[in-house]
Amino acid sequence: MRSEASWGLKLAALGGLLFLHLPILLIFLYAFTTEERSYAFPPPGYTTQWFGVAWNRADIWPPLWLSLRVAAISTLMAMILGTLAAAAMARARFFGRDQISLLILLPIALPGVITGMSLRSAFGIMDIPFSTWTIVLGHATFCIVIVYNNAIARMRRLSGGILEASADLGANAFQTFRYVLLPNLGSALLAGGMLAFALSFDEVIVTTFTAGQQSTLPIWMLNELVRPRQRPVTNVVAIVVFAATFVPILIAYYLTRGGSETAGMGK
Amino acid sequence: MTSAVEFRSVSRHFGPVKAVDGVDLTIAEGSFFAMLGPSGSGKTTCLRLISGFEKPTGGQIRIFGEDVSNTPPHLRNVNTVFQDYALFPHLNVRDNVAYGLTVKGVGRTARHAKAEEMLALVKLEGYGDRKPAQLSGGQRQRVALARALVNEPRVLLLDEPLGALDLKLREAMQDELKALQHKLGLTFVFVTHDQHEALSMADSLAVFNEGKIAQIGSPQEIYDRPATRFVADFVGSSNVLPPDLTRALGGPAQWASLRPEATRLAATGPVSGTVTALRYLGSGTRVVIRAGETEIAALVPAGQPVPEEGATTAIAFEPSALHLMGAS
Amino acid sequence: MTAPAILPAKGAADRLTGTFWRRPRLLLLLLIAPPLLWLGVVYLGSLAALLLQSFYSIDEFSGVVKQEFTLKTYAELFRAQNLDIILRTVVMATAVTLACAVLAFPIAYYAARYAKGPWKAAFYLGVMLPLWSSYLVKVYAWKLILAKEGILGWAAQGTGTGFVIDGILSIPGLQGSSLSTSPFGTFLVFVYIWLPYMILPMQAALERVPNSMLEASADLGATRSQTFRTVILPLALPGVIAGSIFTFSLTLGDYIIPQIVGNSSRFIGLTVYQLQGTAGNTPLAAAFAVVPIMIMLVYLTLAKRAGAFDAL
Repeated sequence: MRSEASWGLKLAALGGLLFLHLPILLIFLYAFTTEERSYAFPPPGYTTQWFGVAWNRADIWPPLWLSLRVAAISTLMAMILGTLAAAAMARARFFGRDQISLLILLPIALPGVITGMSLRSAFGIMDIPFSTWTIVLGHATFCIVIVYNNAIARMRRLSGGILEASADLGANAFQTFRYVLLPNLGSALLAGGMLAFALSFDEVIVTTFTAGQQSTLPIWMLNELVRPRQRPVTNVVAIVVFAATFVPILIAYYLTRGGSETAGMGK
Repeated sequence: MTSAVEFRSVSRHFGPVKAVDGVDLTIAEGSFFAMLGPSGSGKTTCLRLISGFEKPTGGQIRIFGEDVSNTPPHLRNVNTVFQDYALFPHLNVRDNVAYGLTVKGVGRTARHAKAEEMLALVKLEGYGDRKPAQLSGGQRQRVALARALVNEPRVLLLDEPLGALDLKLREAMQDELKALQHKLGLTFVFVTHDQHEALSMADSLAVFNEGKIAQIGSPQEIYDRPATRFVADFVGSSNVLPPDLTRALGGPAQWASLRPEATRLAATGPVSGTVTALRYLGSGTRVVIRAGETEIAALVPAGQPVPEEGATTAIAFEPSALHLMGAS
Repeated sequence: MTAPAILPAKGAADRLTGTFWRRPRLLLLLLIAPPLLWLGVVYLGSLAALLLQSFYSIDEFSGVVKQEFTLKTYAELFRAQNLDIILRTVVMATAVTLACAVLAFPIAYYAARYAKGPWKAAFYLGVMLPLWSSYLVKVYAWKLILAKEGILGWAAQGTGTGFVIDGILSIPGLQGSSLSTSPFGTFLVFVYIWLPYMILPMQAALERVPNSMLEASADLGATRSQTFRTVILPLALPGVIAGSIFTFSLTLGDYIIPQIVGNSSRFIGLTVYQLQGTAGNTPLAAAFAVVPIMIMLVYLTLAKRAGAFDAL
């Protein structure tokens, strides 16, 4: 095998990566434009006023708080449920194991519109009024698999012998969890939680079906996209949303470097 | 003498697989007991039955006279040196060694002092701050040993502890382990598939085959008087003679074993064959004679004449050297 | 004074550990029960509700949902306009999947075969970050790019290549006043958003091709392109199929992208969204949502036969 790639391949690979990254930079650029009615390029002038305008817009803050609350609760629930599922599935072999792993995967394997529409149907049939909790119900469901994937990958990499060694040296199940399992699992769980948070904070497809009249930050953005008012303000919010997902992802990456946890097949 | 570990017709079946099948066993307190056998013979399962990581599907296990059917591993005062050492990757050497004291609630100063004492015992002073990943295989093995001894267990279980080490290190560790066992007066139960290791280290040993004990006894007994063909084949370099050959040599029609050191070459005799291989061993020469379907080895001491390859010779021995065995 | 061989149980934790040891299934059950209950009740329950809802119908005069079993709603799917929507969605999903496969290959191939050390990490992160970063922000970015007065139009004007865009916009079926209102724009954004989902499994599959196998092929006298066609491509195929499950499924269900970029022609996702929202016809929305499930079931069965799941 030749160890050097051809120029054509290098160019195509690099071009593909640029294609993935350049569009996002434009979001930043347009947050500083003086033109608020169109997406004229290049921007006719530059200003930082939109950050101040966004800060003072009363309609942005409630959706931001709602998004943060939903993401925090969903992440917490997903971390508990995902870790439990991973602990049960990591080593044990039992009847119905494959079916359970399919069930955990299903909420992200099927298009979001199905999850959303299903929850919407269930709320309709059972007369459940929309609330923060109806949003959380959907988010936690598809976040479980993110935490699960991270946790189970780490558990599989962990030598099973160390749990036996702990018991052998006199630790009961709770001590083994605290002194051996948790320290070795911690970073993977944190990474899973970060990714779950990013996913929940940014989610819009399922949320539109489960939010009713409530507005999360992505729903607020979606409305602005369909019926724009001050376009650069939308860009400022987009930067906030981007940062709120980007930073946890980077942290998750560094927490699980060298492993295969964040392979991304979760999302 | 008290028995440290006692098996009463213990079985451990995994579905149709009989990993351990009706084993009776008594391990005397303070002895160095080896469990020898090929892989899959049930010796490691027996070790895990003692530590509690496997539960018997039949029979009863007693540790110092107490039935442990209902005792989980963490309440058995028995510690293990695992085959892959199973050191905690997130703890340094000192905290690895002190782990057993940590979970007992021993204070920091006391457990660190004890850990240092244990590290000194296995000649690893000054290694306390390192992580397991920074140690060589031999050093990890010593840490695993120190960690298992810190709780002052009544029985120490060793699961092929030397298997991953190279030959020279392994021989050095064999001597050290033996010395340590002597010093501490502890009961050691040692699992290995290496017959030389078992014979040279153990006070008594059990040879496992297909989930059952083929023979149990002192190394001398097992080497000199293998109970079955399997033991003779596995343990020693003994000649295994089929019934017709035994009868030709003047015995009953039974399987028998004959040690090469006890086999002499003679000009005439009831059984003769062709010399097929010669191996010079320094203290003598190992001569392999092919008699019909069977190969018989004889050890010719240095200074005595050695036949050439292809020559025909008969074999002779003292009648008492012929050891009769069961068929299985 | 020697310690006893058997230590006494001190406290509930020790006794509970003993119970778990005697009954390992109990611990397993305690661990799996909460997530299983959640997924079983919330998720499967909802799917059942969806299915149930799709067998209801809507009273055409009052607009009230009639909770009686009927196949009427499913029959409505077979109206010409609804079949059109389904067909359009499947065609789009197929086109997006093919384009993703073509674009993903060089990146995946380079990352799997040639990238080493820090470059490998950079490539990995370079694919991971766009995959995980905000979906809505990415879609928004393309609205900026494709707008008539946006960067693409500006670049085309500056380089005198405006005729290319005009040419695309004049192709029947792709008409629009700008790329941001043309189905071609919708297609572009779909490809952009789902591309990382194709790269990662493809790279995973290619990384499993041992170098020695490529050397063997070269030893046997195969040219570079022969090796590519007869060795690399067949071995990458499970990865392509695994990736296509994502690109295909995600395109089938998406309703944001066609809403923001394109000529507002309807896709399955958008139809579900509108039917349950403004139109208030939840039964038909539910029946429409069952369509992608059916299509994906067929697709997954075919993919499973091709051995794609090993690459996931």
